[in-house]
Amino acid sequence: MIYGAILAGGSGTRMHVSSMPKQFLPLRGKPIIIHTLEKMLACNKFHAVYLGVHPSWMSYMYDLLDKYNIETDRVRLAQGGETRNGTIFKIIDEIKRDYGENDDDIIVTHDAVRPFVTLRILEENIAAAETYGACDTVVCATDTIVRSENGEEISEIPNREFMYQGQTPQSFKIKLLKELYAQLTNEEKETLTDACKICVIKNVPVKLIKGETLNMKITTVNDYEIAEVIAGGIKLD
Amino acid sequence: MINYIYQLINPQFFSIKLCDVNTDGKVLVRPKYMSICHADQRYYRGQRDMKILSKKLPMALIHECCGEVLHDNTGTFKSGQQVVMIPNTPTRKLNYIYENYDEKSKFLSSSDDGFMREFVDLSPDRVVPCDGIPPHIACITEFYSVALHAVERMQNFAHSHRDEIAILGDGPLAYVVASSIRERIPKAHITVIGRRVRKLERFSFVDKTYLAYDLPQDYSCDHAFECCGGEGSYDAINDIIKHIRPQGTVLLMGVSENQIPIDTRTILEKGLTVVGSSRSGKKNFEDAVALMQTQRIRRRLGSIIYEDAPVRSIDDIHRVFATDQDTPFKTVFQWNL
Repeated sequence: MIYGAILAGGSGTRMHVSSMPKQFLPLRGKPIIIHTLEKMLACNKFHAVYLGVHPSWMSYMYDLLDKYNIETDRVRLAQGGETRNGTIFKIIDEIKRDYGENDDDIIVTHDAVRPFVTLRILEENIAAAETYGACDTVVCATDTIVRSENGEEISEIPNREFMYQGQTPQSFKIKLLKELYAQLTNEEKETLTDACKICVIKNVPVKLIKGETLNMKITTVNDYEIAEVIAGGIKLD
Repeated sequence: MINYIYQLINPQFFSIKLCDVNTDGKVLVRPKYMSICHADQRYYRGQRDMKILSKKLPMALIHECCGEVLHDNTGTFKSGQQVVMIPNTPTRKLNYIYENYDEKSKFLSSSDDGFMREFVDLSPDRVVPCDGIPPHIACITEFYSVALHAVERMQNFAHSHRDEIAILGDGPLAYVVASSIRERIPKAHITVIGRRVRKLERFSFVDKTYLAYDLPQDYSCDHAFECCGGEGSYDAINDIIKHIRPQGTVLLMGVSENQIPIDTRTILEKGLTVVGSSRSGKKNFEDAVALMQTQRIRRRLGSIIYEDAPVRSIDDIHRVFATDQDTPFKTVFQWNL
C-alpha cells in the first residue's frame, strides 16, 4: 500500500516572529499544513496520509482537521520524533500498527511547509519508488554552488550542470528504508540530514524526480511573504 | 485546495497562477489527455483581435480533454473513473434554446480558464463517464459532440428529403461531421468538397469527394455543411448557395475572424435556411460517448489523431502548439503537469 507522510515535527524556531510552528501559519487565510494535506489527499493513490506532529501541537492539529472538514478516514496523526528521520520512523511504526506490513509498501515523505507540491510530483514519486525503491525530488541549481571547507575561502566550485537542489517529497519502499537504516552506525546516523542520505551512504541508487521551482520550503519570514504572493499568482515562462 | 493553472497571458507566453479553490460540491478531475482546437491555436498565435485578446487573457487554454476523477464528495463518480469534461457551463436552464447558445452560459477556455490546470473542479452535471474508451481518443469527445450537435440541428430544421448531403471542407471538422452524418442519416449520399487531395483521401467512408475547382457545374445537394472557416468561408458558403437545391438547409460551422460577403439574392430566391452551429451541450457529449463505445467509430476517429509526446513542462506546451501547426488533423497529448 502507498502512504503519505507529512513531516511537521518542527517547532518553528527559525521564523523568530511567531510562537506557533510555521506549518500552522495561515497562507491566504488557511494554515500551510492544511494546504499541504489537501494536496496529498487529492492524490487518490494514497491509502492513508500520516501527519507527524510535534507532541505539544497534536490537539491543535486535531482541531484544524475538524475546522477544515478534512476527511479523517484517510488521515492519521503520529507524534513527531526528535529529528526528521525520527519522525519518519515513528510514522512507519504507526503504519505497521494500523495496517500491518507488506514488502511493497511505499512511503512518500513530504515537508509540511511545502504547500505548493503538485499532483504530478506526487504521482511521479510513487511510480519511481515502486520501480527504483527510492527517489528524491530536485530542481536544477540555478545559482552557482560554491564549496568552502573553512567558511573563509573557496575550496571548490562544482560544475553547475551536475548540481541540483533537493526538495521533497522523498519516497521509499518502507522495507528497503528500514533495512538500510538498521545497517547504519551511530556516527552515520548523526550525519543524516535527510532520508535519501540513508540510501546514498549505503550506495543504493536514488532516482531523481523533477520538482517545481514553486515547490518552495517556507522556512523564513521572507519565504512566508513570498509564498503569500505566489499563492496569488506568479509570472513564469 | 491549491491548484496550478497554466494561463496564456500574452500570445506564446504562459504563466502559472496558483489559486486556492473551494472544492465543496465539486467533482475534482485530473486532466489526462488534451486535444488542441483551432480556437486555442488562434489565442496562442495572437490571431484574435487585440481588443478581444486583452479582454480574454490571462486564461488557460484547451477545452477538449478527458481525465480521471480524483475525488467526488457529491458521490456521483468513483475515484479513478475516466471521464470527459464539458466546457460549456450553463448558469440557468432555458427550455426553448440549447445550453450552448445561452448568452449567460460560460465556456471554459473562452470566458473562463480552460483545462490546462493541475486539476479541474466541476459540477457533477458537467462530467460524463467514458469508461473503456482509450484516453487519446476520449479527449476529442468535445470535438465529436460539436459535429453531432450540428447534425441534430440540421435534422431539426431540414426538410425530409435528405438524399444528397454536401460537406465543404477537408479538415478534421469536415471529417467528424461526415462521420456523424454517416451514423445519424445512414442512407444519405455524402459528398465532401475540399482543396487538398491528400486530405480528401482520408474520407474513406463517404460516397464521393471532389476538389473544389473540379466540382461539376450541375452538382446539387439537398443540404450542406460549411466546415472551412477563415479565408475559405467565402468560397465555401457561396459554392453551397450556388449548388444547393431550393429550400435546402445550410449549416455554418467554420469560424471566421472577418465578415463574409454572401450571395443573399440566391438565398432568398431558393428560400434557403441558414443555421449557425457552434459548440455543444451535455446531451451531445453523452451521444458522442455512446457512439465512441463502438470499435468502428473509435477506429474512424483514431485515424485523424496525431499523438505528440507528453507535456511535462511549459516548454512542452509550446512544443505541442508548434506540432499542431504542422499536422493536418488533431494534435493530442498526455497532460503530465
